[in-house]
Amino acid sequence: MSAEQQTRSEVLAKGALAVGSIYGAVMVGPFVRRALAASGGGDVEILNFALTLEYLEAKFYAEAKGRAKASGELRSLIDLLAEDEQQHVDALTATIKQLGGKPVTAPKFEFAYSGPGGFLDLAQTLEDTGVSAYNGAGPMIESKEVLAAAGGIVQVEARHAAAIRLRNEAEPAPAAFDTPLDEKQVLKAVEPFIV
Amino acid sequence: MAEIKQLADPVSRRRFLVVGGSSAALAAFLAACGGDSGTTTTTDSMGAGGGGSETAQFGKGDVGILNYALTLEYLETSFYRDVVGSGLFEGPDLETIRRFGREEAEHVEALKAAVKQLGGEPAPEPKAEFPLESAKSVLELAGTVENLGAAAYLGQAPNIESPEVLASALAIHSVEGRHAATLNSLLGEPITPDGAFGKPADVKTVLKSVEPFLVG
Repeated sequence: MSAEQQTRSEVLAKGALAVGSIYGAVMVGPFVRRALAASGGGDVEILNFALTLEYLEAKFYAEAKGRAKASGELRSLIDLLAEDEQQHVDALTATIKQLGGKPVTAPKFEFAYSGPGGFLDLAQTLEDTGVSAYNGAGPMIESKEVLAAAGGIVQVEARHAAAIRLRNEAEPAPAAFDTPLDEKQVLKAVEPFIV
Repeated sequence: MAEIKQLADPVSRRRFLVVGGSSAALAAFLAACGGDSGTTTTTDSMGAGGGGSETAQFGKGDVGILNYALTLEYLETSFYRDVVGSGLFEGPDLETIRRFGREEAEHVEALKAAVKQLGGEPAPEPKAEFPLESAKSVLELAGTVENLGAAAYLGQAPNIESPEVLASALAIHSVEGRHAATLNSLLGEPITPDGAFGKPADVKTVLKSVEPFLVG
C-alpha cells in the first residue's frame, strides 16, 4: 500500500512539475484563459485590432523615411519595413472585407523622437509590442485560414524586431519565449502614439 | 516553401560531432515517406482540415505536433552545442550562438513538459551529425535551420487544437523568426526572404531537409 501511495504521489508531483514547467516557461496559461473568457468579438474584431497596430507601424516607418535622418543600411531597412507594414495593412483590410466585416479607419498618430537613435528605440518597442500582440491574439482566432495569415505576419514582425534590435545593439532574441500581451496591455503600450 | 540549400557536402564532411539518443522513430518515418520525392506538397488521406494528421507519425493530434516540434528543437539544440564545441567562433558571434543554443534547449524542455502534460510520450532525441567545415558554412547552415524551424512552426500552428498549446507554439515560433532574421543579417541576406508574409513549410518538406543530418 505504501508503495502504491508513493507511486501515485510521484505521478502527481511529475504532473505538477510538467504543468509548472510549460506555464512557468511560457507564462501563457492564466493569460489565455482570461483572454478567452473576455473575448467574443470574433475574428473580425481581432483583425481590426491588428489592423490598427499595422496602421501605426506603417505610418511610423513612412514618416521615418525623412524624419529618422537615416542613411545607408538603416535607411534601406526603414524602406523595407515601411513596405512590409503597408502590405500587412492591405492584407488585413482585404481579409476583414472577405469575412464580411468593416475595416476600422486609421487613427491619427504622433511619434515623439528625434534622430536615428530615437527612431531605433521607438521602432524596437513597436516591433516587440507587435509580436506580443499577435502572439496574444493568436489563440483566440477561430478560422484556420485567418490564423495562418496572422502567423505569417507575426513571423515577419519578429524578423523586423530582431533586425531593429541588432541595429540598436540589443539582443535580437532576448528570451526563449516571446511574452504574449492581451488587448488592454497592447492598447496601453500604443496609447501614447494615438492622438 | 523554404528554399533548402544542400550545404551538407558529403565529401568535405570531416568534423562530425555525434550526439547521443535514438533516432529510430524519426528514421522509420523518414524511410516511410522518403520514396516518392516528386511531390512538394503533403496531402495525405485526411486532406485539408485534418487537424495535425501530417504529424500522425509523432503521435495523435497536438501530441504529434508537439513531438514533431520537439524533434526539430532537439536537432537545433544539438547543432548549436556542436557549433559551440567546434571552436570555429569567438567573440560576439560565439555569444549569439551560445544564446540561441540555450533558447533552443529551453524550447526542448517546454515541449517535453507539454507532451507529458497532454498524457503523451515525448519523442526521443534523434542522433544527428552536422558538417562543421568553416564559420561561413556553419552560419549558412544555422540560417537554413532557423528559417526552416520558423516555417515548420508556421505550418503547424493552424492544426493545433488546444489554445494553450497554440499559445506556447506561437511564443516559440516568433523566437525562431528572430533567430532566422539574426542569422540572415549576419550572412548579409534579406531578413524577410519570403517578403511581408512568412511562408509555412509542411512536415514532409521539413523532414526531408533535416534527413541529411540524421544518423543511424
